[in-house]
Amino acid sequence: MTEFLQQLINGLADGSILALIALGYTMVYGILRFINFAHGDVFMIGAFAGFYLTPKIAAFLPTPSIWAGVVVMALSMALCAVLGIIIERFAYRPLRRSPKLAVLITAIGVSLFLEYAGQLFFGAAPRSFPQIIPVKPITGIPGLTINTSQIVVLVVTILLLIVLRFIVLKTKIGMAMRALSFNPEAAALMGVNTDVVISFTFGLGSALAAAAGILYAVNFPAIDPLMGVLPGLKAFCAAVLGGIGNLPGAALGGLIIGIVETFVGGSELSTYRDAIAFAILILILLIKPSGLLGKKDIEKV
Amino acid sequence: MNFHRAKTLLLAAVALCFVISLVLKNNQSYWLYVSYDIGINIILAVSLNLINGYTGQFSLGHAGFMAMGAYTAAVITNQFTGSNPALAGAIFLGALFAGGLAAAAGGLIVGIPTLRLRGDYLAIVTLGFGEIIRVILQNIDAVGGPRGYSVMHSWTNFFWTFGIAAVTIYVILALVHSTYGRGFIAVQDDEIAASAVGINPTRYKVTAFVVGAFFAGIAGGLYAHAKSFISPDGFGFMKSIEIVVMVILGGMGNTPGVILAAVLLTLLPVGLDNLGDIQSLPGISADHPLSWVKDTRMVIYSLLLIVLMLTRPQGLFVFKKRTTA
Repeated sequence: MTEFLQQLINGLADGSILALIALGYTMVYGILRFINFAHGDVFMIGAFAGFYLTPKIAAFLPTPSIWAGVVVMALSMALCAVLGIIIERFAYRPLRRSPKLAVLITAIGVSLFLEYAGQLFFGAAPRSFPQIIPVKPITGIPGLTINTSQIVVLVVTILLLIVLRFIVLKTKIGMAMRALSFNPEAAALMGVNTDVVISFTFGLGSALAAAAGILYAVNFPAIDPLMGVLPGLKAFCAAVLGGIGNLPGAALGGLIIGIVETFVGGSELSTYRDAIAFAILILILLIKPSGLLGKKDIEKV
Repeated sequence: MNFHRAKTLLLAAVALCFVISLVLKNNQSYWLYVSYDIGINIILAVSLNLINGYTGQFSLGHAGFMAMGAYTAAVITNQFTGSNPALAGAIFLGALFAGGLAAAAGGLIVGIPTLRLRGDYLAIVTLGFGEIIRVILQNIDAVGGPRGYSVMHSWTNFFWTFGIAAVTIYVILALVHSTYGRGFIAVQDDEIAASAVGINPTRYKVTAFVVGAFFAGIAGGLYAHAKSFISPDGFGFMKSIEIVVMVILGGMGNTPGVILAAVLLTLLPVGLDNLGDIQSLPGISADHPLSWVKDTRMVIYSLLLIVLMLTRPQGLFVFKKRTTA
């Protein structure tokens, strides 16, 4: 039983990170209907931004401390939001009326660019991420080892989800985002400034990816320029599992994939761990292609 | 193109490959090995073009089929220890064919359940299958698992590589231009209209998938016997992307363009790599060596990709809109 609880907690922490990345995929897909392959690499840039910012922050704030963590995360999120907006502006916007495949390939190009530029500037070898928050095991519950970092991951994820929910449901720009994902032409006719909303969506998604990057690095403190590839693909699986375009679905999908993956990793099938997200994806697409919480799309002639 | 002329061209191409391979018999140069890569990439790109270009499906798992062919062929030829060259040729051909069949079977298993899906979903599912094949190969200890697998015979040569490339091009073009093959283009143009006139879209998609996978498997076999070492990581997501990029840049459903793109994109990283080695060239002083090109070549490659897609989203070598197929 403790074994089960332990795996569940580890899985929840992993799954929260996937959920944060998946939200970015699902928001962009909901509005533009395309897979932003560079999203996983924005996650990587977020982690590296934290890596380079921490020594600078250490001059003003004691590290490791909660405040240093908050400042590093906020700065890294802001940086990646700008990066996301720049990527959209220069790589995707010129192709908005082109065939979807052209945009997809451009996204792959951006992804490769971020990876190779990362290898050039950050070095290809894994770097060890500095401790920005105090990480120590919490004792007291017999048989369970929970790190403070795992608690931080869970708390930050929940907070970010609440903020996101507020933005999407209660603010004007959130309403515009929902209108755009419902019907872009009609939204534009109603006076929604499409370009601004799309930029905002990319910024928001990239900020969440950056947060995920920092949380990932706090939990597994070795980062390298290719760290975003697999989590990115798995997060996309999570977004599809939950029903792409659906925000609670993406969060749910991330948690499910994280937990299943951790349980498989703890069983004798542990070497198949990396395949499990894809297997889940294929199963869900065969059984219910619209995802767990998604609505069925009927194709019109 | 006239059918008989095409057949003559095919025979001429194969004969030419044979003559060239006789000339190059004892040549071991670096560029010869680069030419194998070119030939293998041509096979991969042309076969993916059938799926992505002509039939309009989006597969991101071509490297997975390639891996199935590579491992199957390598396992078969590794059993062979004789020294008879004629027998070796026959066994090699048989192994390549078996690799192709294995990949085609994989294509059938992947294709039937997933080809009901459209567009992006299909892309991500095929990507998932490619990754699953990679992880499964990592877990088969008999072929070395993650450590990789050595291939004993380096039987790939100029004749086999380009002879098979010529056959691949011929078969794909003949298939698409046959009466049956018009269906592929119909499915690409409008699936609903195609099914309204009695074409079964799923059947055409599965056919395209199986034929494409078959040739990818053969290319994998050639690859295994050219590199004499294969590992699951060599057939990852990145390899699939590389092939897709060739198809897109060449122009979807434009075979000559795709062949050109395969040649160019194989040579581009190699060329940039070699450019970085140049020390003395008129105009390049020793203070400004080109070695930076070597470090940045993949960054240049990705930037070129973005710029090309932004400026020519229809493909590099497409000059007029397709009127007839």
